[in-house]
Amino acid sequence: MELLLQQILSGLATGAIYACMALAVVMIYQSIGHLNFAQGEMATFSTFVAWQLITWGFPYWAAFALTVALSFAGGVLIERVVFRPLKDAPALSHIVVFIGLLAIFNNASGFVWDFTIKTFPSPFGQGPMFGAFLNMHQAGMIACTLGMLVLLYLFFSRTRLGLSLRAAAANPESARLVGVRVGWMIALGWGLASAIGAVAGMLIAPGVFLEPNMMLGVLLYGFAGAVVGGLTSPIGAVAGGLIVGVMENLAGTYVPVVGSELKLTIALSLIILILIFKPSGLFGKTLAKRV
Amino acid sequence: MTALLSVHGLTASYGEGQVLAGLDFEVQRGGVTVLLGANGAGKTTTLRAICGMVRREGSIIFDGKPIQNLSTEGVVRLGVAHVPDGRGTFTQLTVDENLQLGAITRRGRKEIEHDIERCFGYFPVLKERRSQQAGTLSGGEQQMLAVARALMLRPKLMLLDEPSFGLAPMIVKQIFDIFRTLNASTSMSMLIVEQNAALALELADHAYLLETGRVVFAGRPDDIRNDPALRRSYLGY
Amino acid sequence: MAIERVSAILFLLAAIAAPMLLSGFFIFQVTMLLVYAIAIMGLNLLTGFNGQFSLGHSAFYAIGAYAAAILMDKFGIGYLWTLPLAGLICFAVGFLFGFPALRLEGTYLALATFGLAVATPQILKLTPLEHWTGGVQGVFVAKPNAAMGLPLTADQWLYYLTLSVFILLYILARNLIGSRTGRALLAIRENPIAAQSMGINVSLYKTLTFGVSAAYTGVAGALGAIVIQFVAPDSFGFMLSVTFLVGLVVGGIAWLPGALIGAAFILFVPNFAEEISKGLSGAAYGVIMILLMYVMPSGAGGIVQSALRAVRAR
Repeated sequence: MELLLQQILSGLATGAIYACMALAVVMIYQSIGHLNFAQGEMATFSTFVAWQLITWGFPYWAAFALTVALSFAGGVLIERVVFRPLKDAPALSHIVVFIGLLAIFNNASGFVWDFTIKTFPSPFGQGPMFGAFLNMHQAGMIACTLGMLVLLYLFFSRTRLGLSLRAAAANPESARLVGVRVGWMIALGWGLASAIGAVAGMLIAPGVFLEPNMMLGVLLYGFAGAVVGGLTSPIGAVAGGLIVGVMENLAGTYVPVVGSELKLTIALSLIILILIFKPSGLFGKTLAKRV
Repeated sequence: MTALLSVHGLTASYGEGQVLAGLDFEVQRGGVTVLLGANGAGKTTTLRAICGMVRREGSIIFDGKPIQNLSTEGVVRLGVAHVPDGRGTFTQLTVDENLQLGAITRRGRKEIEHDIERCFGYFPVLKERRSQQAGTLSGGEQQMLAVARALMLRPKLMLLDEPSFGLAPMIVKQIFDIFRTLNASTSMSMLIVEQNAALALELADHAYLLETGRVVFAGRPDDIRNDPALRRSYLGY
Repeated sequence: MAIERVSAILFLLAAIAAPMLLSGFFIFQVTMLLVYAIAIMGLNLLTGFNGQFSLGHSAFYAIGAYAAAILMDKFGIGYLWTLPLAGLICFAVGFLFGFPALRLEGTYLALATFGLAVATPQILKLTPLEHWTGGVQGVFVAKPNAAMGLPLTADQWLYYLTLSVFILLYILARNLIGSRTGRALLAIRENPIAAQSMGINVSLYKTLTFGVSAAYTGVAGALGAIVIQFVAPDSFGFMLSVTFLVGLVVGGIAWLPGALIGAAFILFVPNFAEEISKGLSGAAYGVIMILLMYVMPSGAGGIVQSALRAVRAR
């Protein structure tokens, strides 16, 4: 029992990382209807920017805020410059562009800041908490993720801009007919996703060390978490990320012989199993399809 | 009366097929114009062309401004509300949110709340359903919501694409009665595309007949009623 | 039609002459180009013609490669026989995987196939399977010599073998697409519900397509193993799937000859990018990919097809 509890708690700690990234994934999915393969590398790049600012002597929170703002602007810029001209291209072409961006950002991070691992400070410290199951940073990360979730919830449900964003995502043509500038809403979605990704990167980096490939694995789990949660629901994304983290940990501990070698595989199989019985994710809205 | 909307030489095409071959027509300030014609005559495309939802050429003057180069959002922001075929409701959002979206380009929370109440006055059933997902409404209720959502813009011109389509006669009568009230009580103009010609002609002050992307007749509703050939083709008696 | 026939003949002549004109390493590269082209063709059958998205084709490629390597290494089966066997094994795996995939669409199918791609290298590394797979070390494969005493070097022989397999599979795919079955696949891609109501057994066709697509990619994997003479788990990761996908889009979706163009892209452009700048080769590759999508958003196939239309319209 003690072991189970410990495994669940430490699963939640890694799950919080995935949840953070899953939030960013859902954000972009909501505005463009795709998974952005470059999201992890974009977040890594943002984290390097923060690292640079801190190295130059900025206080942590100033660097944090500046990085989030820069990432937001960068996300908007990418949409305007790279994707705007491709808005009528087939969906698979967009995927190639995502992969192109992935290569560019990964390479750029490595070129500017080289491939040696760097430590990244945590604003919460690394001291133990809850009898050594979680450290301060992990607890802070979970709190930040939940805080971000609440902010996003308020933004989407209480503000007119949030409503416009949802309308543009749900039905672009109708959104134009009520005067929503759909093009800018998509750019805004990119900006938000990029900003959330930056927060995720800065929260993740203290636990895993900063280097250009830091997010590769994390993004994969983030995708999985977002899909389990249903891709349309920020709450689902966070829950999905936590579920993936816990399942991965439990598979590693309790599945005999192959458990530790195959923990990702087992977690993914469980996810696929969930999807087969609940094809739109645990928290996704099932939409009636018109024939 | 002066023209609120005047269209000259409007052409539009989907891909390589031209659908409109140079249309001329007008909607008067405070007036109701109806476009009649068989399926495929280009009625829906005409409305979509005005709103910039299809590639179009020619001159479209709305309220003294040329709008043929504006984006859909730009046209809407000048005060043109379009109730498209298929209604264009946001099925995943609530009735309330749909109405809020109708007024998304406007300022002033109080006035918007007031207008929502006004819409609920026209369509009381929407008030009962205000926190339901729009997708769960019946066809008639969705059409009411689509009209109400368009009204939330406080438009100068409302474009209505077959508002009677697929609805029970009772509901159709109710909706057309509201159009009549709106037209009488506000200065809002309407451009209606309808299959139900008799109903539309009762409301209209001008009518145009479209055939394969061209205007083949323009006149007052009485001109159609009094012309035996047109009456038989379009009114069926 | 005439244009297509002429270009097919020109391709054949060039392909047959190629080994006489190229040195050893280039022959190896062109052979790999054909191998990738077969894999991309398989992916095209599934994604391009049937509308099912897959990020898991690296797994089928891996299964084909390991099947060939293990059959040769542990069972002493001749390399030629491993090709159809690898195809059959991958057909079975793909067909079975097609069943859960039936319940999933779009992004969810992407995740499921992605899971397959991520899981495969891990499974190949498993300790209990090490006897067969060689674990992280992988398996070495002997290089076959030219059959029937033909006066060819081993490289040339492998090239012609791969070319023959490519042509055979290309013709099979072309006939499949032109047949009733092909039309059923397209109908399912365009509107599965309408296809169902026309009496097409959507589930059967979709799972079969998964199987056939996996078989193509598996044969490519087997050929790849023979050509490279080595299989190791980490060369068959998720990024290989992404590479196939890039090749598919660059070549053109639902256009079979595009497989060659796409394969050339994924094989040569990274090297070309390396020459532009050593430090920024990845970025250069990314920029080239993005620019290419601006110039031809529907891949090479889109350009060729609209050019053909224009020629015919005159």
